[in-house]
Amino acid sequence: MTDRYDVLVVGAGPAGLAAAHAAASHGARVGLIDEQMTAGGQVWRQDVQHASPALARRSIGRTLDHPAIDWLAQTRVVTVEDGGLLVEDPRRARRLHYQTLVLATGARELLLPFPGWTLPGITGAGGLQALAKQGWPLAGRRVVIAGSGPLLLAAAATAKRHGAHVLGIYEQSSTENIQRFARSLWRWPAKAVQAMGLRAQLAGVPYRCGSVVRRAHGETELHAVDVDGPRGIEHIACDQLAVGYGLLANVELAQSLGCTLQLQGAHAYVDTDRYQRTSVDGIYAAGELCGIGGRDTARIEGAIAGHAAAGKTADADRLLQSRQHARHFADALNQCFALDPRVHALAQPDTLVCRCEDVSLSALDGYMDARSAKLATRCGMGACQGRICGSALAELGRFPRSGQRPPLFPARLSTLAGTNLSSINKP
Amino acid sequence: MNAPLIRLQINGCTVEARAGTSVAAAIAQHSLIFRRSTTGQPRAAFCGMGVCFECRVAIDGIGQRRACMVPVREGMQVSCDD
Ligand SMILES: Cc1cc2nc3c(=O)[nH]c(=O)nc-3n(C[C@H](O)[C@H](O)[C@H](O)COP(=O)(O)OP(=O)(O)OC[C@H]3O[C@@H](n4cnc5c(N)ncnc54)[C@H](O)[C@@H]3O)c2cc1C
Ligand code: FES
Repeated sequence: MTDRYDVLVVGAGPAGLAAAHAAASHGARVGLIDEQMTAGGQVWRQDVQHASPALARRSIGRTLDHPAIDWLAQTRVVTVEDGGLLVEDPRRARRLHYQTLVLATGARELLLPFPGWTLPGITGAGGLQALAKQGWPLAGRRVVIAGSGPLLLAAAATAKRHGAHVLGIYEQSSTENIQRFARSLWRWPAKAVQAMGLRAQLAGVPYRCGSVVRRAHGETELHAVDVDGPRGIEHIACDQLAVGYGLLANVELAQSLGCTLQLQGAHAYVDTDRYQRTSVDGIYAAGELCGIGGRDTARIEGAIAGHAAAGKTADADRLLQSRQHARHFADALNQCFALDPRVHALAQPDTLVCRCEDVSLSALDGYMDARSAKLATRCGMGACQGRICGSALAELGRFPRSGQRPPLFPARLSTLAGTNLSSINKP
Repeated sequence: MNAPLIRLQINGCTVEARAGTSVAAAIAQHSLIFRRSTTGQPRAAFCGMGVCFECRVAIDGIGQRRACMVPVREGMQVSCDD
């Protein structure tokens, strides 16, 4: 089955929702796909126990209810074909064709190896937030939150709302960095209000800077962690550890479409111009995909991309200044939470880096690039296709993350029947 | 918010969960071990968002499904450690 859209949007987070709505407001026929069961992306993920914020309800409602927008849930892109995408949902596979394509595939967490990190009971920081909203049992459980970035606060607030006993938030960045950042918040009053709201929700939860989780203890599940901070090593008994070191863009689809990427530290994002156009004709990108910028940047860039994709650049022009303001805030954030070198030294020689194939860090010694290491050790060859270990090894300065080969995700055989994967294998 | 209760089977045990709950969250009510790694280590949901594939289980006879991406359904049969 084939469907044609004027504008096809991949990803229904704040960026994709705004893009779909903006394009449809000009009369374009829009398709909006997301592999999640509900729209909202990461920040507006639905919570089985609690109502969504008003802004999320409004943004999602006005987009999904729009008569010119087809909402295709639980639909993921499997491969890229000429002028179209091969997608599959739980029932079937089909081809979607488009005049213009808006990529809004968002970000995932940077998850870094340390001794014990594979124990059940350990998740990402945003990962725990996502699982809590899916109904993961947290009531009465002792939770440690660690890693870096503002997401730790959001994750802690969600865990608390779900009844967890949050023992503390351990941020790797120094107290000086955080204080400097806090002093600059007056330039973004809305953010200052948000931060104060979070602080109020987290009253009584210790927030310790300059602290990293060195090791997790347990046999078949987590029992305790060792936190290394300004006061030395603290041994903390806990049931759940949520640890994430910030976000990185999901560039795999953009990359297989041939869009030019740029590096932000060790990780890539998609390069765009003022109208969110990528280097490939007819393909736009918005939100975290264009560099970690948070919810507000995502909403603005999505709207710019949607207007421009529908050919209405004058409407996009009106948003350029607010995008700049939002991106400046993101730059300040990224600077404040830059990773301390000791985070890169947490993994020991026998620590597993590839969780899919159980490959240890020392097994990679002697290989010069990800490809030769992969062929020899299977590192990065498992189901996640290197999304976890490849990004971690790039961050640790071992190898840059290598290009994606189709399919983008393990797909059903019936979906792949009839596609010629080698013909679409771009460098 | 009081979504209806749904009953599913996890490794043969009946588990109740609210509609909208993911299979991953329902499994966690029952046990924290989702699967064994290639060298036999216990593993559980890790990224919570469909990226890491650590939450793979068999659902209604189909193996290797990401439990964090699938909502619970009445009568669903989930088996861990496939
Ligand atoms: C786990 C996590 C939790 C977060 N929590 C918060 C929070 O509480 N507060 C906050 O301010 N920020 C949070 N963030 C930051 C978040 O990145 C931004 O706030 C915002 O959600 C970015 O919007 P976006 O539209 O660019 O991307 P996202 O919101 O990430 O949306 C991208 C969407 O694209 C879909 N997608 C990706 N690839 C494909 C594909 N190949 N096929 C189909 N669909 C695809 C994804 O399923 C996702 O729904 C979180 C980030 C993560 C990773
Ligand atoms: S927990 Fe990572 S894919 Fe489900």
